[in-house]
Amino acid sequence: MTVLESRQGLEIHHVGKVFSQPGRPDFRALDDVSIRIRPNEFFTLLGPSGCGKTTLLRMIAGFEHPSEGEIRLDGADISVKAPYERPVNTVFQSYALFPHLTVEDNISFGLEMLRRPKASIDETVTRMLALVRMTEMRNRKIQQISGGQQQRVALARALAPHPKLLLLDEPLSALDLKLRKEMQIELKRLQHETGITFIFVTHDQEEALTMSDRIAVMSAGRVQQIGSPRDIYDRPANRFAASFIGETNFVTVKLLTVSATSGELELPGGTVIHAGVPDGVKFSPGKATIVVRPEHAELVGAGAGNLAGTVTNIVYFGTDTHYHLRLKDESSFIVRRQNRHGLSFGPAIGDEVGVLIGEGVAQLVED
Amino acid sequence: MAKDRSTDMRYQPGFGPLAMICLAVLYAPILVLVAFAFNANASVAQWTGFSTKWFATALFNESFHAAALNTMLISVSATIIATMAATAAALGTTRVKAWRGQTAAFMTINLPLMVPEIITAVSALSFFALLGQVFNINLGIGNLILAHSVFCIPFAYMPIRARLEDMDFTLDQAAADLYATPWMTFRRVTLPLLMPGIASGIALAFIVSFDDFTITQLVAGPGQTTLPIYIWTQVRRPITPELNAMCTILLSISILFISLSVLIGQKRR
Repeated sequence: MTVLESRQGLEIHHVGKVFSQPGRPDFRALDDVSIRIRPNEFFTLLGPSGCGKTTLLRMIAGFEHPSEGEIRLDGADISVKAPYERPVNTVFQSYALFPHLTVEDNISFGLEMLRRPKASIDETVTRMLALVRMTEMRNRKIQQISGGQQQRVALARALAPHPKLLLLDEPLSALDLKLRKEMQIELKRLQHETGITFIFVTHDQEEALTMSDRIAVMSAGRVQQIGSPRDIYDRPANRFAASFIGETNFVTVKLLTVSATSGELELPGGTVIHAGVPDGVKFSPGKATIVVRPEHAELVGAGAGNLAGTVTNIVYFGTDTHYHLRLKDESSFIVRRQNRHGLSFGPAIGDEVGVLIGEGVAQLVED
Repeated sequence: MAKDRSTDMRYQPGFGPLAMICLAVLYAPILVLVAFAFNANASVAQWTGFSTKWFATALFNESFHAAALNTMLISVSATIIATMAATAAALGTTRVKAWRGQTAAFMTINLPLMVPEIITAVSALSFFALLGQVFNINLGIGNLILAHSVFCIPFAYMPIRARLEDMDFTLDQAAADLYATPWMTFRRVTLPLLMPGIASGIALAFIVSFDDFTITQLVAGPGQTTLPIYIWTQVRRPITPELNAMCTILLSISILFISLSVLIGQKRR
């Protein structure tokens, strides 16, 4: 990577934020957050409410200023710039469309503020309306269009000035399920067609997995893990990342030997298997935790496999069935089995069964 | 939806008659006043026939004209000054981060509404006396404009503040996000959305200034007679329906402005 390339995109450099209010204890919303977002990336900040993801987004937009650290855009520090001085536009959770203006005037607002020539504004507005498929609504008032249409106008308004970054603050949360699915596809298409970097904030792990190029999982004001959806799902760095995204089993094990990429460990039943090590995390031999996704474990007959347990519950989901087990050490474990045709082995509640954790399935995680 | 009659006030025994009595007490005297403005003879107590001649007399009365001009000058000036100050105050008390003195500031702005008007009047009188004697400053009718502006501020402030509190602050942020400087945000987003509140404020401030008697009576210098003061001076002479006609004209203007204020307030909700 050349020096020039490395300066491109958004760099969040050891950023912290403390909110202080008179008569209340200080609240630390963000703690030493460092993220680098590449140009033309669909990047998601994922975490539960109160994890600091919206605060981080508001700092990138300029509505809040970092207490510590720097935010750099293409190499230039923008931490203290006002919102109107940043080539960054936002799609607000509530859309925040101007109710006294028409669809057209909402979309042209940013361009007018940038003093673009009239002809160029008209051309851009026409193009934006086509891009979000709202051409017929050009002269409507905001109150005269539906929620889904308002969403599209909010997108067009934020995209019209062709910002370097488009920030999206849970923009799909107000839509019903069907419209939300449509907009997820629509957003990916818009990002692809415009070539703008999208920074998307959500608490919905499925939304994050399906849409993002990369995800930053956040909790309690800190970044827990950054990686591609597949990285984060298959190789979670710690207990939070593993449990927040998808369903997972935690098994307490004895770590025998460990390298930078793999660890040898002893399962509760005494069998020895190998587990992957997430990037950049150090482990030492002794008590450790591994994660095994329910669909990665296999249900086998009693005495076979490398874990033993009793079936406590069976939940049928149509496409697959979840078997809830109690292991010998009283911990619980879930195996998810696809309901393929002609499955011969079907244990009942109370049956003794074995679980097979195949090679390369288990992952060590930080507690 | 089924209405529960047991808790609906309108179905309580005696509600109807009580409501009628209240309305009568409130409006009967005003109706009588307005009715006798149309009396054909010179009595305000004995009805003889319908006529609009007293309105003509009132409208061609030159003292009435002079008083009306003074009133318009004072009310319009005071309304403009008070509304601008109230808009600034409303922005300053809502579009800021929470701070310690916020409630105190709100109370201070609204306190003049609670202070007995005679006290405001006497303090205004002594203030202008001080200004005249110690600093030798006399603003003429400006004294009245200043006094009116001050007591109109809280009236203009209330609807403007209410409107601002209803408005979504995210809209201002959206404007800033779309490259609008604070001034452009105010001009293109905040102000247009605030207009119904400001219009209500203007109407309220105007009517309060237009109707004022106590403060004007104490502060007004020679020749600075306003309509309420002029009418009051007429009361001490033998009363004719001309006075009723003047009152009816004043009343009509008041009703017009209050209606405008209510109508504008309801629009765009």
